[in-house]
Amino acid sequence: MNINTEKDNRHVDAVCVNESNLTHKWYHNVKYLIVGIGFGIIFVKAEIISWFRIQEMFRFQSFHMFGIIGSAILVGMISIFVIKKFNVKTIYGEDIKISTKEFNKGQIYGGLIFGLGWAITGACPGPLFAQIGTGSLVVIVTLFSAILGTWMYGKFRDKLPH
Amino acid sequence: MLEIIQKPWPWYVAGPLIGLTVPILLIIGNKSFGVSSSFRHICASCIPMNIPFFKYEWKKEIWNLFFVFGIFIGGIIAVQLLGNPEPVVVRPKLTAELQQYGITDFSQLLPSQVFNFENLFSIKGFIMIVLGGFLVGFGTRYAGGCTSGHAIMGISTLQKSSLIATCCFMIGGYIMANFILPIILSL
Repeated sequence: MNINTEKDNRHVDAVCVNESNLTHKWYHNVKYLIVGIGFGIIFVKAEIISWFRIQEMFRFQSFHMFGIIGSAILVGMISIFVIKKFNVKTIYGEDIKISTKEFNKGQIYGGLIFGLGWAITGACPGPLFAQIGTGSLVVIVTLFSAILGTWMYGKFRDKLPH
Repeated sequence: MLEIIQKPWPWYVAGPLIGLTVPILLIIGNKSFGVSSSFRHICASCIPMNIPFFKYEWKKEIWNLFFVFGIFIGGIIAVQLLGNPEPVVVRPKLTAELQQYGITDFSQLLPSQVFNFENLFSIKGFIMIVLGGFLVGFGTRYAGGCTSGHAIMGISTLQKSSLIATCCFMIGGYIMANFILPIILSL
């Protein structure tokens, strides 16, 4: 990928991006806060943030996590299909855009590294935030370490195979 | 009603609700679902240090920081208002395995005998709390996304690269949980 513009750089190594061209006042972001709160409650109530549930998943001892990820993908897929089919617009009337990600070897190396970390901490990035909320304060250290990990990746990105 | 909510939610309730996050974020503002990018935005806003990877307009992505702050608040609400008074139900096979490593407290979502501040200064605790987090932060960015971005958003939009990444997450986790973690827990 040629990085020519600010937007290109923002899209590097990221699935999750802001595709909107509109700018809004800061309080429009409260919507995402509310979605996040709902998401955090589900994380805790379905025990997705539980270290034990993650261990059971990677040992194939329980269907729970596979059921959650599988049904989430299914619902996501159907939703995307409906959005495309009926050309659903955003609440601001913008066309919904979904950028595609090209394959690079980082998805393999990085994926394996993340998998190793996931089974140790019992948490992918989302659950880290929720775990802290539930009162496991030592996870703040894990979160800072994850931010440091991302920083180190950014620092040495050019030297890593992609 | 409250009793039902307080019990752990089954997968067929939680999974579809999580899946709905994909269209909700798209419809309320053209945002692609993902969490791990928040780490990058925190780096870009607080410690960019002139690294090109962190030189972008992070304010465009500030929605993502609101989103993850919401996840934190959601964690507080779920425990304080909707908390499950019962201990976590753990499969007997896992219980038996973990007892070998001295993990006997199943009252919380995380094994408190491993994840606590005193343990930070032991080799086992350092690996589990500090190194584990580092691998999550480094690996997700290297892969370009995490479970939400790749597994859910990426596969929902039929992207081959996300499917490959998700398979690698699972392989890495399988290797760690079954072959390496037993050694770490024995330390």
